[in-house]
Amino acid sequence: MTDHKRDIDEVSGVETTGHSWDGIKELNNPLPRWWLYIFYGTIVWAIGYMIVMPAIPALPGMGMNNTLGISGHSDRAAVAEKVQELHTERAAAASRLVTASLSEIENDMSLQQFALAMGESAFGDNCATCHGAGGRGAKGYPMLADDIWLWDGTLDGIEYTLRHGIRHTEDPDTRRNTMPAYGRDGILTPREIDDLVQYVLNISGREADQAAVNRAAPIFATQCVTCHGADGKGNRELGAPNLTDHEWLFGGEPRDIRQTIYSARNAHMPAWQGRLDDPTIKALAVYVHSLGGGEK
Amino acid sequence: MTKVTLIQAGGRDASGQKPEHPPSLYEKRNQIYPKLAHGKFRTFKWIVMAVTLGIYYLIPWIRWPRGAGIPDQAVLADFKGEKFYFFFLEIWPQEIYFLGGLIILAALGLFLVTSLFGRVWCGYTCPQTVWTDLYIWVERAFEGDRAARMRLDHGPMSFNKAWRKAGKHIVWLLIAFLTGGAFILYWHDAPTIARTFFTGEAPLTAYFFAGVLTFTTYALAGTMREQVCTYLCPWPRIQGALTDEHALNVTYRYDRGEPRAPHRKGESWEGRGDCIDCKQCIQVCPMGIDIRDGAQLECIHCALCIDACDDMMKKVDRPTGLIAYDTDVAVAARACGEKPRYSLLRTRTVLYAILIAAISILMLWGYTSKSTYEFNVLKDRSPPFIRLSDGRIRNGYTLKLVNKSTDARAVDVSVEGLPEMDFEIIGLGFAPDGGTLQLSTPPHGVDRFRLLVTASPQGLPARTTLTVQIKDVVTGEIAVADAPFTTGDQ
Repeated sequence: MTDHKRDIDEVSGVETTGHSWDGIKELNNPLPRWWLYIFYGTIVWAIGYMIVMPAIPALPGMGMNNTLGISGHSDRAAVAEKVQELHTERAAAASRLVTASLSEIENDMSLQQFALAMGESAFGDNCATCHGAGGRGAKGYPMLADDIWLWDGTLDGIEYTLRHGIRHTEDPDTRRNTMPAYGRDGILTPREIDDLVQYVLNISGREADQAAVNRAAPIFATQCVTCHGADGKGNRELGAPNLTDHEWLFGGEPRDIRQTIYSARNAHMPAWQGRLDDPTIKALAVYVHSLGGGEK
Repeated sequence: MTKVTLIQAGGRDASGQKPEHPPSLYEKRNQIYPKLAHGKFRTFKWIVMAVTLGIYYLIPWIRWPRGAGIPDQAVLADFKGEKFYFFFLEIWPQEIYFLGGLIILAALGLFLVTSLFGRVWCGYTCPQTVWTDLYIWVERAFEGDRAARMRLDHGPMSFNKAWRKAGKHIVWLLIAFLTGGAFILYWHDAPTIARTFFTGEAPLTAYFFAGVLTFTTYALAGTMREQVCTYLCPWPRIQGALTDEHALNVTYRYDRGEPRAPHRKGESWEGRGDCIDCKQCIQVCPMGIDIRDGAQLECIHCALCIDACDDMMKKVDRPTGLIAYDTDVAVAARACGEKPRYSLLRTRTVLYAILIAAISILMLWGYTSKSTYEFNVLKDRSPPFIRLSDGRIRNGYTLKLVNKSTDARAVDVSVEGLPEMDFEIIGLGFAPDGGTLQLSTPPHGVDRFRLLVTASPQGLPARTTLTVQIKDVVTGEIAVADAPFTTGDQ
């Protein structure tokens, strides 16, 4: 099969590769010159590129850094510059947005479109992870497109929530309330909690064990009314949810309600002040307000 | 022509002998020195060159006012504004099929012309031909005609040779740069880019494409020339499928020319052909071929050999037209002593003409009836529906309004299809009972609005169809779009 002597093809006079398949041999023609020159050209280019551009990573003594090249080019700096340009371009509209009231924004179509476009993209980047696309919400993460608000559904209220978060420990102005973990902390017995579940089912208009409801009434009156109100309709000042509607942030099944009473939920939302700039926070507030549930 | 030797298996040629020098599979290029022709086709080609180059270099400078805020360049591919302008035509991205139609028309036009008159595209209007012709003109201006150029090339390097060669390449590069530079004018506002290009403020792509076209013009028209047609271009191959024996091609009339032989003054023309074998047809040929070998792939049918041959025929006092536009069947008929027959109306030419007419009418109809206002309703996918605290169901939609006209337009929006429903548009508030909301759209723009429709789910199926209607406030024109209203599984 393999012949290590030079094998010259007698028709073309060209050396073969020495391999033969069923009598067919491959000519070992040289590479086309144009191809070769381009190949050499790329090598020359690569050397020049290594000198001019950032190229070689982690040389001894450089740690994790790379050579910078004589051009000093940096993709990171280029992006930062572009972002800065964008901020400059948006500066006028952005500064108007930060101070504008809801009615000012609604009366200025171009400002509103600006805020909605900016808010939509920022929402996708920062909020949709938990609140879902279009603010559809998920178990434990409130739906933002309906007219049910735990704390405040006005433009200013939404902006406040965005800035300070909910139960965000590092922000003293954060929205905060604490529901006791009635079961875990031993405030109520399991039996009493079971009765309370029936009571909550009853006030939200569902079938419940009336005997249990009657047993739970005094417990509700002493433990729950402070925040949720005598009628269980909640209190937005305190962020206490309405227990009589169909909206259940952590699920409305009896075992979900039981779990909520037993160990409390006290979920968190981070404060975005400091992470996002003022125009972005305002644009997010306008966007969330526009999803459908915004209040005047 | 390349001499082709058939090699049999085992490396023996047809005579059964082993060839001494095996034929190389590589053909070296022979430098071609086309001689200047004089005649009606040469004159016609100068005119075509002036017109086509004039179109290419000047068209981007033509202004065509369209209204405030809209580019006033007659021909412009506006990438930033996502529009294509061609005088009165204005094509938006959603109408890109018009460009498809134009390309189909151009292709069919090429087919029709080819089946009637052969490769006139190659011979007269192909950019490769036009720019090569221009480059040869420059070459001739610096180095003289064929004989002088050959002398110069074969002679030793001298000051005379150096400045002529250098001058030629400088002018070539200048033309190449103007060509690459003119190309980018089609993609930007011409006066602006012509200024910013030199102040360094033009976009990187402008420099890139100007550079690429400068290089390709210089390389293709200056140094590669006929090799582009012979080796790179697919058109000579496609040609074989598009032309036939009835197409008019630049043809050597062998029936009249053969047998060829040199002719001395005073000799008789009896018993011989009209071809005096002067080889003028070869010397003027920019492709370096001999038209007397018959139709061939390399021939671009530029008709310069006709001019050269006619010149000689006049000198020897024979009728012109030994090389002429003729068909294969006509020449064959004459060779048999029959009367030639020409048929322009053939199945394929008629078919091409009908197709061109049909597509033109279709496009004209499409263009005259195209809308100046577009309207879409897109339902939110997330969330698909929203349950409000009072138990009613709300669906969100995006209204997309495309105003292609140059006037601002206002439309009244109304929504129908559900009992007991109301709707609002974010920023405008709720529509009054059974009423409408008015939206104004700026000229030449795309606007999006958010529409929220709310209804009680009582008695509604999981999915109902809504009708959203817009009505032009001024003209009263109406457009409707359907959208689903979903309530989920209640």
